Amino acid sequence: MSTQGQTSTEYIVHHLTNLKVGTGFWSLHLDTLIISGLLGMMVFGLMWRVARGATAGVPGPLQNFIEMTVNMIDAQVRDTFHGKSELITPLAITIFVWVFVMNAMDLIPVDFLPSLLGLTGVPYLKVVPTTDPNATFAMSITVFLLMMFYNLKVKGFGGYTREVLTVPFGKWLFPINIMFRVIEDLAKPISLALRLFGNMYAGEMVFILIALLGLAQPLLAVPWAIFHILIITLQAFVFMMLTIVYMAMAHESH
Amino acid sequence: MDINATLIGQAVWFGLFIWFTMKFVWPPLQRAMHERQKQIADGLAAAERGRQELEQAAKRTEEILVEARHKAQELLVQADKRASQIVEEAKNVAKTEGERLLTGAKAEIEQEVFRAKEALRTQVAALVVAGAEQILNREVDAKVHAELLTQIQGRF
Repeated sequence: MSTQGQTSTEYIVHHLTNLKVGTGFWSLHLDTLIISGLLGMMVFGLMWRVARGATAGVPGPLQNFIEMTVNMIDAQVRDTFHGKSELITPLAITIFVWVFVMNAMDLIPVDFLPSLLGLTGVPYLKVVPTTDPNATFAMSITVFLLMMFYNLKVKGFGGYTREVLTVPFGKWLFPINIMFRVIEDLAKPISLALRLFGNMYAGEMVFILIALLGLAQPLLAVPWAIFHILIITLQAFVFMMLTIVYMAMAHESH
Repeated sequence: MDINATLIGQAVWFGLFIWFTMKFVWPPLQRAMHERQKQIADGLAAAERGRQELEQAAKRTEEILVEARHKAQELLVQADKRASQIVEEAKNVAKTEGERLLTGAKAEIEQEVFRAKEALRTQVAALVVAGAEQILNREVDAKVHAELLTQIQGRF
């Protein structure tokens, strides 16, 4: 519940404000950076520890779990992406696992971490990094840059230019082709980032609204949290899957 | 929507984690999984091979058993034949031996009979002479008939 002396609006706004240092563009959301960084270090550190000791013999439960996850992702990559690349599977693993753990922060009761850190004098804390568009756009733009890189690397500058000029309407309609291509390529990172951000932001907002209901909170928060497990996994999967598809498209000519 | 330098920071994190996964997480896991896959495939192949070998061995056992049974049958027949042969031979030998013994015994008996006849003849002759002597002692003068008596004695 909200702390005393706060209106509902203030409570909601408080929860949706990042811990920010600096002004203008050159400012940092410390909560997003630190939480996402710590989560990544924890989960990838754990995976590294397991991978380092991984044997071909009978795997332990943890190794088994990680292998299953990684295997599932690798199967998706191999289904969609037919080229040979050392990067695509690790990229997909990174996206799925990282986005999943960042989304999963949503399941911690909304007031728990902000109140706890509030005691030590931290004024704001937005716990779920993926509700910060900076995090989602950072990933989608990185994916976009990789996409451009592979477009140029696989097709060559000439091949890529020809594709931009002639697909989908042939060479005589090249201005329209260019326009289409620009819109298409710009839409990719924007939709990728906004889809994840929107879903997580909305989910978090519902949790905050439920938290305002006082005693009815557990009654509603528990079903929503259970339902949210689906969204957390699904959004991580969708982000990963679309990345694989974009990478596959960059490797194949139209 | 507050886009700021956090974007760059997040991109750095992202790049770092991709690099880390690509370098340290994915390759060992992939290696372990491939190796296990290969081991399982090998194991299955070995099991299949073992099964086939077992089948072959069973077939060979069956063949050997049949052959042994045939051989045993053959041996049995041979043994039977040989046994009857031996019995036949023994019979023959026994028969010859028996005949030989019989002949020997017969000859001996004949000899005995001859010998007994001889002894009897001598005794009867003596008796007759003795009887005749006694009769003649009364009727005939010994001196007179001595010549005749010697003649009779000689005839026996």
